[in-house]
Amino acid sequence: MSEIISKLEMKKITKKFPGVLACNNIDIYLKSGEILALLGENGAGKTTLMNVLFGLYQPEHGKIFINDKQVIINSPSTAFKYGIGMVHQHFMLVPNLTVVENVALGLIGKRIFKLDLNKVRKRIEEVSKEYGLSVNPNAYIWQLSVGEQQRVELIKVLCLGANLLILDEPTAALTPQETDELIVLLKQMAEKGRSIIFISHKLNEVKAVSNRVCVLRNGSLVYEGKTQKHSVATLAEKMAGREIYMPTLKEKSQANSPILEIKNVFAKGNMGTMALDGLSLTVSKGEIVGIAGVSGNGQKELADVINGISHIERGKILLNSKNIANLAPQQIINKGIGYIPEDRMHEGTIPSFSVKENIIMKDYNKKPLSKKMFLQNSIIEKYSQKLISNFDIKCPDNKTMCASLSGGNVQKVILARELSRKPKMLIAAYPIRGLDLGAAEYVHEQLLEARSENVGILLISEELDELLDICDRIAVIYEGKILEILDRDIATKTKLGLLMAGIKNEKKAI
Amino acid sequence: MKKKLYSEAIYRLLIIVIAVFSALFVGAILLLIAKTNPLTAYYVMFTEPLSGKFGLTEILVRAAPLMLVGLGIAISFRSGIINIGGEGQILIGAIFGTFIALTFPDLPPYILLPLVFIASFIGGAIWGGIAGWMKAYLSVNEILSTIMLNYIAFQVYMFLIRGPMIDPKEVAYGTGVPQTALLSKNAWLTRIIPASRLHAGIIVAVVLAILVYIFLWKTTIGYKLRAAGAEAKAAKYIGVNVKNYLVLAMLLSGGFAGMAGAIEVCGVHHRALESISAGYGFSGIVVALFGGLHPLGIIPASAVFGLLIVGADMMQRSVTVPASIILAIQGLIILAIVSSQIFFSNIGLKEKIMIKLKLMKSGDKDDT
Repeated sequence: MSEIISKLEMKKITKKFPGVLACNNIDIYLKSGEILALLGENGAGKTTLMNVLFGLYQPEHGKIFINDKQVIINSPSTAFKYGIGMVHQHFMLVPNLTVVENVALGLIGKRIFKLDLNKVRKRIEEVSKEYGLSVNPNAYIWQLSVGEQQRVELIKVLCLGANLLILDEPTAALTPQETDELIVLLKQMAEKGRSIIFISHKLNEVKAVSNRVCVLRNGSLVYEGKTQKHSVATLAEKMAGREIYMPTLKEKSQANSPILEIKNVFAKGNMGTMALDGLSLTVSKGEIVGIAGVSGNGQKELADVINGISHIERGKILLNSKNIANLAPQQIINKGIGYIPEDRMHEGTIPSFSVKENIIMKDYNKKPLSKKMFLQNSIIEKYSQKLISNFDIKCPDNKTMCASLSGGNVQKVILARELSRKPKMLIAAYPIRGLDLGAAEYVHEQLLEARSENVGILLISEELDELLDICDRIAVIYEGKILEILDRDIATKTKLGLLMAGIKNEKKAI
Repeated sequence: MKKKLYSEAIYRLLIIVIAVFSALFVGAILLLIAKTNPLTAYYVMFTEPLSGKFGLTEILVRAAPLMLVGLGIAISFRSGIINIGGEGQILIGAIFGTFIALTFPDLPPYILLPLVFIASFIGGAIWGGIAGWMKAYLSVNEILSTIMLNYIAFQVYMFLIRGPMIDPKEVAYGTGVPQTALLSKNAWLTRIIPASRLHAGIIVAVVLAILVYIFLWKTTIGYKLRAAGAEAKAAKYIGVNVKNYLVLAMLLSGGFAGMAGAIEVCGVHHRALESISAGYGFSGIVVALFGGLHPLGIIPASAVFGLLIVGADMMQRSVTVPASIILAIQGLIILAIVSSQIFFSNIGLKEKIMIKLKLMKSGDKDDT
């Protein structure tokens, strides 16, 4: 195993990309046993800085010191040699191999022809015992949940002898429970002398896990200091460079006339099992109803069946008291349901199409955007320009491909398209997932504005803060059913958490 | 903005020229092995076709079917389906067209020719549509199905021109060359330049290219086709029936290849004969890629390929190079051009090179 990293310093790191200064003269340091949070909005330079440390990029200027000795890290294998390991946002695991085989992959190269899986298995067991990372070494990766896969990644870097771990947005794909478990694990590791760099823009987690925080903005280090000293709000302010107010609901919803009624709906999921198992729910005009739940409990299927993308077996879906169940997606769009899908990059937009073409995705076949099958370019041009400026979409021009926009701007394209169609009912699935606070603030403002214009909104989310902020009522989905619906004044995180785990009678549980 | 387009064009041209030159360099080694002077060989290949009426008209004669096949390929690729079945679709199109022309020899040209083209379109469309339907509803990989359909089409075609549709004269003289009877003059495409083989088919092809451009980019159906091809999940989300659009794409793609068959029958040979497809089904794919899968790019791309084919023929005749080396050089050029696509699709790489060449300052970036 490599030497313990008792002190790591990155001095005056500068990295340029064509047209962008990704890191500008950044100094950071880290001691053993410390958890450093690297905060910043999308594109602030966090990942670039860490890729420099991990040897994936070479900086234009700057030096790296380990234990006061200068080192040159020009590849990930050199980084491993110095005891630096990185867990990427997207896991680097082979699904068809077992845990042991995946870990062995990292060890291969030392000996080309000999592969002693039993030795690897032993090492995994040692590591998992030492750090409390329980995982079955013989399980295939595809059998594991996202949280377990994350643990495998951690075991992998630890088996390789990493003393310093870089975690790039490790909680992006985790459920709230898995996140809590991860935070406990990381703290244990730090206690054993490992140092950890935690990249995130989720402030609650940063607050819970880190000792120190470095805030990057537009490639520069704008703040460095102890985490304790700051509240979530002040950290957010430092990150965005301005004050952020996550909007919350003020007045109670007035409207009582239902717009969407889901009655006893059964639908099959991808696996062929009943993903919606007799689900009933009503959304009224001018009301935001949240769907809380651990993902995989029927949320995706619920959104899909309302929008006609998949079919229901039994039940009714009423829009304005008319059954829309199992109509074609096009018909449902025409009846005035808007949909912000979970997968904004591949479902909500077409990445290789221009912003202009994405903005007209649902109206290309309607007057005045097209006439008798012919697209009216000059009208489309004006319409897209109008939406780009109304929704403040940041793009060089309306011919830019959506693939080159940031997540926040892609979401704005979708919002612009869906809200400009004046829907009666809007389904929003995880609308702020992966967005930085500034963009999330904007999305919520828009949803609240739609609510005030009497649109009924169904908000599917895993983030309880989001739901508690802007929902009138929160329904908890569990195994394809609505377990309970809580009004906003009585809903708390604890209550929702228990319900999400499927525990209905809280008195009994406590 | 204008400057950006200008440097973009220079970049594209440069990459393609470099690609062609590197292919020719490797080809030169082959020529040296065959004891030929590569310089004279290449000189003939690239100047001879351009230096006379014969060469120039022949280039366009080849360009017409290439353009039609290329257009079909562009439609299918843009719709997310890879059509390798151009050869088979050409053959079926040719035989459908020939059948109509032989059945109604006395119809006036302005009725007969459109009928022949429609029949060829339908023939090719059926052949392409089979693969499209199998892909959409049975999840059969279209690369496999279109290639296999090529073999079937070839056998069907050969059976017809050897058996039921063979020229009665061939039977009478006992020569038995597999070809149909000569079509009546009413089914011949007009020669637009006297004493050459250049026929009106090239005009038909260019007009169709413009129509395909309008269809794909200016109509709602074209929009849906491209959406289904670019991101099927998003297309479903906006209510496009992706399966039906896959089938439609293959119907159109096959139809265009089928019309290439009609062009060869009515414009060049005036009958259906054995090697009518002449590899256009495959080189049409390269033409489409070379033209950036864009109808207006396919027009010049097909002319460039016409030049390659005619130039290679002339080189073979005047420098007496073995035909197989010509084929190898053509293959090399195709490989080089297809591989050079990475310089267009990899934006990071492209930026690096453009900055190095001073075509772009590090400040102006494409995206945000």
